[in-house]
Amino acid sequence: MREIDVREIERAVRDLCVETNIVADTDVLDAFRKGMEEEESPVAREVLRTLLENARIAAEERLPICQDTGMAVVFLDIGQDVHLVGGGLEEAVNEGVRKGYREGYLRKSVVKHPVTRGNTGDNTPAVIHTRIVPGDGVKITVAPKGFGSENMSFVKMCTPTAGFDGIRKFVLECVRKAGGNPCPPIVVGVGIGGTFEKAAIMAKEALTRPLGERSGREDLARLEEELLGEINKTGIGPQGLGGKTTALAVHVNAFPTHIAGMPVAVNICCHAYRHAGKTV
Amino acid sequence: MAAIRVTTPLTDAVARKLKAGDSVLITGVIYTARDAAHQRLTEAVAKGERPPVDLKGQIFYYAGPSPAPPGKPIGSVGPTTSYRMDAFAPKTMELGLKGMIGKGPRAKEVIDAMKRHGAVYFAAVGGAGALLAKCVKAAKPVAYADLGAEAITELTVEDFPVIVATDAAGNDLYAAAAA
Repeated sequence: MREIDVREIERAVRDLCVETNIVADTDVLDAFRKGMEEEESPVAREVLRTLLENARIAAEERLPICQDTGMAVVFLDIGQDVHLVGGGLEEAVNEGVRKGYREGYLRKSVVKHPVTRGNTGDNTPAVIHTRIVPGDGVKITVAPKGFGSENMSFVKMCTPTAGFDGIRKFVLECVRKAGGNPCPPIVVGVGIGGTFEKAAIMAKEALTRPLGERSGREDLARLEEELLGEINKTGIGPQGLGGKTTALAVHVNAFPTHIAGMPVAVNICCHAYRHAGKTV
Repeated sequence: MAAIRVTTPLTDAVARKLKAGDSVLITGVIYTARDAAHQRLTEAVAKGERPPVDLKGQIFYYAGPSPAPPGKPIGSVGPTTSYRMDAFAPKTMELGLKGMIGKGPRAKEVIDAMKRHGAVYFAAVGGAGALLAKCVKAAKPVAYADLGAEAITELTVEDFPVIVATDAAGNDLYAAAAA
């Protein structure tokens, strides 16, 4: 049994919130450069150039890449040989978010009640997903999620015989429906199988993968490639103003499911592909 | 692309001359307003109250900035998705609004109202909040401070870069891209 003080987790969450909101993912910046070479439309090239310039300014001036610094989604993989001490785990995560958003001058975008609203003033609570895994460490992944793209996310309970064609059709339908709203170039997270909520969580977790990293399963890796190609043929383009660079990557996760169904969840992420991790 | 410079408030002649696809640099005063501010403003007007700012010739920027770090007038301030303001936008144009800055396509009702009132819809680059913040020289809270990031803030901007997404004749870049 290894003891870990939850204040160590709090500090990690604080730092990860700040850094991932301010420093752009270098893989994403490389993808913008590649897009600039491939785009023929001057507007598309100009948008990508602007995004590169924005990332430079954000890092230099220590400003968030995007003003929507998101609702904090935190994945915790907790080793089963860990004994957490020093306070409650959820409170520690929320305190980390509170400090990160205050001290990092990040926007407070969370309301107390989904219907009657009222800003909580400190961007808490975070959405926390915990898993118990073998080992004696705690892996923390912070993925702040902006709602321009979160609002363009969908779940469909497909039929068991819908196959890869059915999945492709649904994902493309979602991307077309989203159009310019989720701030393309987008990253598309897809969760296939499990149950209703499992599919959604898998789609979200797919958005914590390094940009463009292929699934370890050959059939899913092929699906990712095919979907990326098809999405970039829609013409939506950067910011929906037309072009070839609509998505930077498609990441697919899958899980066994019930004989009667095939849930498919599509979680879209904007080009501010923010995720950062640390193991304590 | 050579950009067209405009200053606020926008006159009818200037607004109607801008065409979809034009790059524009805005200088002057613009006002941030998003979901909650639109709801409050239109509810107040429906009750016969005056809006907290005179909208004649003005531009609404659909945005909720991040807090200003020490020594800066504002934090990151990029556009939010515009369709959420669609239900309120025709009313704001009726009150004199000449321009909207946001991102993403608008509803037919909004474009129809733009044609009626000679208003323009500009797209700013979503997720370029740090770059856009550099064009903001001053920020002053105007109304609904209790809404936090959703309050109406008066921004003094210099060469704020936007693209005409939909012009006052109804030409629409988003519709063209989706076709």
